[in-house]
Amino acid sequence: MKTTYREAMRAALRDAMQRDDRVFLMGEDVGRYGGSFAVSLGLLEEFGPERIRDTPLSESGFVGAGIGSALGGMRPVVEIMTVNFSLLALDQIINNAATLLHMSGGQFNVPIVIRMTTGAGRQLGAQHSHSLEGWYAHIPGLRILAPATLADARGMLWTALQDPDPVLIFEHGSLYNVAGELDDDAGAVDIDKAAVLRHGDGLTLVTYGGTLPMVLEAANRLAGEDIDADVIDLRTLRPLDAHTVVDSVARTHRAVVVDEGWRSGSISAEIAARICEQAFFDLDAPVERVCSLEVPVPYAKHLEQAALPSVERVMAAARRAVGANG
Amino acid sequence: MTSLKKQGVADAEHALHLLRQMLRVRRLEEKCIELYSAAKIRGFLHVYIGEEAVAAGVMETLAPGDAVVATYREHGHALLRGVSAGAILAEMYGHAEGCCRGRGGSMHLFDAATRFYGGNAIVAGGLPLAVGLALADRMAGRQRVTVCFFGEGAVAEGEFHESMNLAALWQLPVLFCCENNLYAMGTALGRSESQTDIALKAAGYEIPAWAVDGMDVLAVEEAARRAVEAVRSGGGPHFLELRTYRFRAHSMFDPELYREKSEVAQWMERDPISLLQGSMQAAGQLAEKDWTDLQADVAAEISTAVGFAENGTLEPVSELGRFVYSDRPDDGSAGSGGGPGHGETTGKGGAAR
Ligand SMILES: Cc1ncc(C[n+]2csc(CCOP(=O)(O)OP(=O)(O)O)c2C)c(N)n1
Repeated sequence: MKTTYREAMRAALRDAMQRDDRVFLMGEDVGRYGGSFAVSLGLLEEFGPERIRDTPLSESGFVGAGIGSALGGMRPVVEIMTVNFSLLALDQIINNAATLLHMSGGQFNVPIVIRMTTGAGRQLGAQHSHSLEGWYAHIPGLRILAPATLADARGMLWTALQDPDPVLIFEHGSLYNVAGELDDDAGAVDIDKAAVLRHGDGLTLVTYGGTLPMVLEAANRLAGEDIDADVIDLRTLRPLDAHTVVDSVARTHRAVVVDEGWRSGSISAEIAARICEQAFFDLDAPVERVCSLEVPVPYAKHLEQAALPSVERVMAAARRAVGANG
Repeated sequence: MTSLKKQGVADAEHALHLLRQMLRVRRLEEKCIELYSAAKIRGFLHVYIGEEAVAAGVMETLAPGDAVVATYREHGHALLRGVSAGAILAEMYGHAEGCCRGRGGSMHLFDAATRFYGGNAIVAGGLPLAVGLALADRMAGRQRVTVCFFGEGAVAEGEFHESMNLAALWQLPVLFCCENNLYAMGTALGRSESQTDIALKAAGYEIPAWAVDGMDVLAVEEAARRAVEAVRSGGGPHFLELRTYRFRAHSMFDPELYREKSEVAQWMERDPISLLQGSMQAAGQLAEKDWTDLQADVAAEISTAVGFAENGTLEPVSELGRFVYSDRPDDGSAGSGGGPGHGETTGKGGAAR
C-alpha cells in the first residue's frame, strides 16, 4: 500500500489505541488542532478527549504527569512538539523517568513513550531546528529510537509500548511527507538491531533518522563511481547496536558516520570511538564524520543548507575514506 | 474543630496511636543523626524533627491503595506509610536489605507494596508525578487518592504551577500537602515569594485550600480527613498548607546561620509530641505507665531496626548494572539485557584490546 511517514505514524497510534485501553496520547495540540505535524489528525474524533488529551503549554508538567500515569499503570504516549521544547522537561525525563527504576531498586518501571520531532532543513531558525537525540542517548535508563523508514514509523511505536522502560522516539521533521510502499500487514518491528539497508564492500556509511535518505542517495551516486557502500541505519541510538557497525567495518575497512547533530561530543563521536575500540586493526583509513557545522542552525536557506550534512559532503567524505589508502 | 486547644481528646486510644506514630518518627531520626555522627550512614541526611504531626496526621487518613509522593525529607513519610524502620535504615546503610537495595539512600526511599513513590531530591520534581498517578486512577476509574508532600520552597518552581493548573484543569484526585516550615535551606519564605500566603496561591488555581496548624496533629488529621474524603468522592484536587517548623538544621552540613536560636526555641515550645502528650495528660488520658510503655516499645522497634540494618549485606558489585533497564528474561543477549554491560557491545574487534 502507498503511504507516508506521517500516515504510518498515525496508523501506529491508532493501532496501539485499539489494542490496549491503557494507551493514550497526550501533548500540546494533539487533539483539536490535529497535532502540530498533523500526525494525530482525526484521532480525537475516533478516540475522544480522554485518550487524545490536549495539554496546556507546560512541558515539564505534562511529561511528568505522563511518567506518573505510567507508574500508575497506564501506557502513555506523550508528544512534545519538538526536541527544543523537551529541554523544559529535562528534569522529568532525566531525573525521574530514567532513574526511578534504578533508585527504587527495581520496584518502579516507567513504561512511557515520549515522541518528538527533531532536526533542521525547513528554515525554522535555531530554536526549532536542533538535533539533540544524541544528548538523550547519553542517559542510562532511556531507550532512544529514530525511525527513518516507513516500516519503522509504522512499527516502532508498538514495540516501544511493550517495553517496560521509558522510550524516546525522535521523528525528523523532514520525513513526515516521505511517501512510499509499505506492506499491508506491516506491524511491530524489532528495536534492538541496526539495519543494513544496502550492501557493498567499498565502505560503511552509518547514519540514522533524517539523514538516511541523503545517505542512500549518496550511496547510489557513489555506486556510479564504483564505490559500493554498506548503508547502516542505526535505528536505535541507545542501546547502540555496535555489532552491526563493527561487522560491516571489518569487511569494508572504511567508515563514514553521518549525523545531523554537532560533531563535538555527538553520537557520531561515540560511534567512531566504538569503531576504534572494536575494529581498529580492521581500518584502512581514518573514520570520517559528516556532521552539522558547529553553529546554531541559521534561518537563511543558503546558510542553513551550508550548515547541514548534504549528499555532496557525504560523497566527498566517502571518496576521502576510499582514497586514503586505496 | 477538634484540636489540642480543646482540653482532652475525644478518643484517647486514637490519640495514643498518633502519639506513638510521631514518636516513632522522632526516635528513628534521632537514631539516624547518631548513626550519621558515627559514620555508619553517609550522604545527605535531612531530618523531619519538629514536623512529625504533618506526616502522622495525613497518613492516618489514607487507604491502603492510595499513593504517596514525598521529598528528600521523607523518612517519616515512609515509616508511617508502612515501610519498616529496618528497611529504611538498611537503605541508609547502603545494604541490599534496604527498601531500594542500596540504590536510593536517605533521599530516595521507595516502596511498591505501600505505593510509596519517593523520595525525590529535585525540589518540586514529585508534583507532576503525583498529577500523573492521579490521572491514571481517574482514567482507570479507581477511587484512589494520591497525596503529594513538598516544602514551601517548591512553590517557587514552575513545576508547582504547572501541576496545580493540570490537576485543577482535569479535576484529578490529588491532595497537595505543602509543609511550610518557613525556610528553604537558608531562604526565608518572605525572601523568595512575592505572595507568602501559599493556600491563597493554590486557591488561585481554583483548588480548595486551607492553612492548618501543622504542630497540632489532631488538626492536621481532621483537615486531611475532610480533604481526602472530598478528593476521593470526586471533588478534584485539594490543598493543605501545613504550618510547621523544623527544629534541626536543614541537613547535617548546615551551620544554621540564617535564623535566630530564640526563634527555634520559641517553636520548640510547640513541639507536636509534647503538645499532644501534655493535653492527654491534662485530661487524664495518658497514665505515667502508658507513656513509659510507649517509649519502651518505640525504643525496642528502633533498636531491632538498627540491628537489622547493621547485620545487612552488601549488594554484590556484580549487580551494579541492574535496574538501569528492566530485566528481560526472554533475551539474554547484549544490547537489551540488564547486566552491567548494557548498551555495550564487544564486537569482533574485542581482540584489539
Ligand atoms: C530543583 C532543585 N534546586 C535546588 C535544590 C537544592 N535544595 C535542596 S533542599 C532545598 C530547599 C527546599 O526547601 P523546601 O522545599 O521548603 O523543603 P524543606 O527542606 O524545608 O523541607 C534546596 C534549594 C534541589 N534539591 N532541587
